[in-house]
Amino acid sequence: MPFETLVAVCMGYVVLMFGVAFAADRAAQRGRVRWLDHPLVYTLSLSVYCSAWTFYGAVGYASRSGLEFATIYIGPTLVFAGAWWGLRRLVRIARMHHVTSIADLISARFGKSNALAALITLIAVIAATPYVALQLQSVRLSFELFALQSPGATPVTSETALWVAAGLALFTILFGTRNLAADERHHGVVTAIALEAVVKLVAFVALGVFVVWGLADGPADIVARIAAASQDPARDGWVLRPDRWTALNIVSAAAILTLPRMFQVLVVEAADEERLHVAGWAFPAYLFAMSLFVLPIAVMGAELLPASANPDLYVLTLPQAMGQDLLALLVFLGGFSAATSMVVVCTIALSTMISNHWLTPLRLWLRRPASGEETDDLRGFVLNSRRLAILAVMGAGWLYHQASGGSEALAAMGLVAFTGMAQVLPAMLGGLLWRGANRMGAYAGVGAGSVLWLVIVFLPSVGIGRLPPLIDGVDPLAFAVFLTLSVNTLAFIALSIFGFPDPVERLQGLSFVSAIQPIRHSRAPGEDRAEPLLAMARRVWGPDQALRYFRAQAAAQGKSGYLPDLTPAFLTALERRLSGSVGAATAHAMIDRVAGGMSLTVSDLMDVAGEAQRAMKEAQRLEIATSELERTARQLREANDKLTALSVQKDAFLGQISHELRTPMTSVRAFSEILKTPDLSDEDRARFAGIIHDEAGRLTRLLDDLLDLSVLESGQAQLDVSAANLHDLIERALNAASATRAERAFTIDRDIPTEHLGVITDPDRLLQVLINVITNARKYCDADRPVLRIRVARRPANGPAIDIIDNGAGIDAARQSLIFEKFSRLNDPARAGGAGLGLAICREIMLTLGGDISYLPGQGGAAFRIVLPKHPPVGQANPHAGAAS
Amino acid sequence: MMLDILMIEDEPNIAEAVRFILMREGWRISLHADGAGGIEAIRAQRPRLVILDLMLPNRSGEEILADLRAEDDLGLAATPVLMLTARGQTGPAAEQADAVLSKPFANDDLCALVRRMLGQGGDGG
Amino acid sequence: MADKPLFLERASFRRRRLGDAARVLPILALIGFMLPVWWLPDAVSFASGIVWLFGLWAALIVAIFALHRALIRAEAATIRASGTPPSEADWDRPDAV
Repeated sequence: MPFETLVAVCMGYVVLMFGVAFAADRAAQRGRVRWLDHPLVYTLSLSVYCSAWTFYGAVGYASRSGLEFATIYIGPTLVFAGAWWGLRRLVRIARMHHVTSIADLISARFGKSNALAALITLIAVIAATPYVALQLQSVRLSFELFALQSPGATPVTSETALWVAAGLALFTILFGTRNLAADERHHGVVTAIALEAVVKLVAFVALGVFVVWGLADGPADIVARIAAASQDPARDGWVLRPDRWTALNIVSAAAILTLPRMFQVLVVEAADEERLHVAGWAFPAYLFAMSLFVLPIAVMGAELLPASANPDLYVLTLPQAMGQDLLALLVFLGGFSAATSMVVVCTIALSTMISNHWLTPLRLWLRRPASGEETDDLRGFVLNSRRLAILAVMGAGWLYHQASGGSEALAAMGLVAFTGMAQVLPAMLGGLLWRGANRMGAYAGVGAGSVLWLVIVFLPSVGIGRLPPLIDGVDPLAFAVFLTLSVNTLAFIALSIFGFPDPVERLQGLSFVSAIQPIRHSRAPGEDRAEPLLAMARRVWGPDQALRYFRAQAAAQGKSGYLPDLTPAFLTALERRLSGSVGAATAHAMIDRVAGGMSLTVSDLMDVAGEAQRAMKEAQRLEIATSELERTARQLREANDKLTALSVQKDAFLGQISHELRTPMTSVRAFSEILKTPDLSDEDRARFAGIIHDEAGRLTRLLDDLLDLSVLESGQAQLDVSAANLHDLIERALNAASATRAERAFTIDRDIPTEHLGVITDPDRLLQVLINVITNARKYCDADRPVLRIRVARRPANGPAIDIIDNGAGIDAARQSLIFEKFSRLNDPARAGGAGLGLAICREIMLTLGGDISYLPGQGGAAFRIVLPKHPPVGQANPHAGAAS
Repeated sequence: MMLDILMIEDEPNIAEAVRFILMREGWRISLHADGAGGIEAIRAQRPRLVILDLMLPNRSGEEILADLRAEDDLGLAATPVLMLTARGQTGPAAEQADAVLSKPFANDDLCALVRRMLGQGGDGG
Repeated sequence: MADKPLFLERASFRRRRLGDAARVLPILALIGFMLPVWWLPDAVSFASGIVWLFGLWAALIVAIFALHRALIRAEAATIRASGTPPSEADWDRPDAV
């Protein structure tokens, strides 16, 4: 295939990528992000993990080390197996804090320390530069390969790498620094990368299918060839080594989390954590597809190509050698995609880190005006510093590529970068899972690990110094990984345990570990700082966006205009939004500077805690107040009901009194008038006088009862307490009551021995009660052969009880609760005398005596239980008694 | 012989007083002492006047009055009723009574009222 | 946590057990990928190694897929059952210091 065609196709492909990125950015600007936001696009963008190193180098790696190449893919698969509880959490917390990079995440967690972020940026830059060089080199090598095939072509030199680097820098600057968005998402770049991911996959799978079914006889044949390789002494390197296997899995698992470009696509570009539901299985599936054909290609390449062929380029040379030009072109585009997408995302991530953690803080520090109110355009500076950083990273990669001369085996550089960024992992995991982790620990861990990495991994890989000789059988890479990570982790834990974090850090630690919204300290600055804050935001976001944001915030507070109250909530929101543009540490420092030098102190921290507690208490108080209110309302309602009932009762009582008084009065009046008439027989006269006498007596009794009741109810009854024998009292009561309906012969059933019980009480009052109850029984018992049963129960626990039970019809259940009420006289034709106050008086007497009287249902007749108190009443019933006498 | 007055009153002494007073005036009077069976007594004896106590055991005067007014026999239902009450006030049902007399009452008032209700010609001696 | 109910609704219970499974899955996968290499490195370096590695890998992908589907359904069921989204603390509660 002519080289010019290749160049033309390549240019066309680049134009396509620019076009896609441009279209996606336009669509996103117009708010049409539906398909841009699809989890599949997100998943495909993750494939930036598969750089040219894996695209070309995996086959070379597999040629040398067999299955070991798979560790680079298995590590991430294991991480994604824990997507549900691990990655989702990481993404959620990072989104919550508007984290812009891996360095920003760690800096924000450890007290918004910019120095820490700067250190991590440094490691990232050191690790990434050779890695970028590697991508440029792979593109150059693949170009060279095609150029060699077409003799007439212009000789390809390292200028290819320069052109590629320049083109990529242009693309990255165009689509990576278009705006200083608060959420740092780049729809255009992500969409272009997703498309490149498809090209990569299709190219590699197509080649694999061609190799397995075109060159070999299907999978079984491949497996057979691999089995045969085990007999080949040249394949001794294929025997897996457990220590290397484990170490490589660890670093590749760490890489998926800590590589700047991976953090960019995995966390920063993720709109939410829900897309991980798809990516959780789809990304491992992508990796699976990318690695399935690696060994077959390696095996067939070794078999069909000359021994001098570079295994790192089998994917290109194999189809070329077989005359499959189109397939070779497709594979070339795949490799080109892998290299470019990696470089683009990597430079975006690195430029964000460099700008946010190196250049912007440096500038803020250099130009610190006395007033604290700058007027220049910070937004322009940040964007320009990013562009500059992109150029610098790309340039460094190109320089490194030129300097190294492309002699290194490709795979080594990738692993060097992986191992370097893995040094961030302990601080990252520790920061997310352990509230005790602190900044000193992070410094110590990251610092010690990265220095060790520089000395024993990075410098030897670029030809400076070498690893000290190791004991035989110890793999240098595995040793380096375990050594750096153990020293790193130990230093991190040790200094975290012995150090004490400052308040900001403790607040952030709580926020990260517990995945709760961060809170800014409560000390609000003066209201006059609102305008400088707006000015500051304008410098970062530009005037329109800043004004929009401030007005929206003011409106949310219910204010009109552009200046919201500087509440802690607003300051927190503003800081987080700013940190989305310039990083947590810078945003924090800027707000502190503009809003007045407020460094968070321990007492502020206590305030925050106190405020939370106050809010909680307030909520509780409100809740209590509400229930109190309800309770009061209920009580009021009940009191009202009771009053209404009392009023009804009072009316009924007055009506009853009236009736009870008028009835005898009627007889008295009628008969006394009759007596005045002259023509009466002596017999009638005597009879009528008798009636008048009876009715007058009835009236007197009624008035006595009323008086008695009123004295008892008011608690002013005078008690005359003395010792008495219950037997005697019952005897007297029976005698007194026998006059009532004397014509009825009652059988009295008593248990005399038990009745002989000494009680200390007011004997006359108790007798009154006994007489009343027995009289009632005599009056109302309707049995043909009436029996009255009297039992005394000695109850040491509760005081003695006297049960008086007849064998009549008893009182029906509905009325049982009423009989002790005033005037509740049972409607009975046989009633006589009493005005229905008897039982009411009995109850009052028993209560005054400290006992009670109650109706016993289910005794086969009317049954009353008179209960005496366990402890006798002392002297007088109540304190009012003396006053009453 | 036609009965002049049926009195339904549970207080025996009051009943005795009223009976004595009205008999002395020459009216034939019979007594019933319970609310229960009151309406049956009226139906059976068909008096020219019913004297009804408001507070009666088992069935109140008001209820008996309502029963009476609801009788199918219109002649019977229109029987004049004199209500006796010991309460300060009377319920709405008592308004169906032709007259209400509050206890205690003057004997002359009772006589005058009964005389007016029975009409002068009621003296059937 | 004193006011949390002692027993959860069926949907919530299922979601939690699935959450447990989501925690166990990476550990099982780790054992599956590590153990054979430490135990019998020679046996898993060539043809049989390919079968083991890619078989396990494919199974793991299917397991992740099935688990996520089940978790999403269980979460939806919980939301339907309770009317409120499940609290975050239900499935990952870091240990406070």
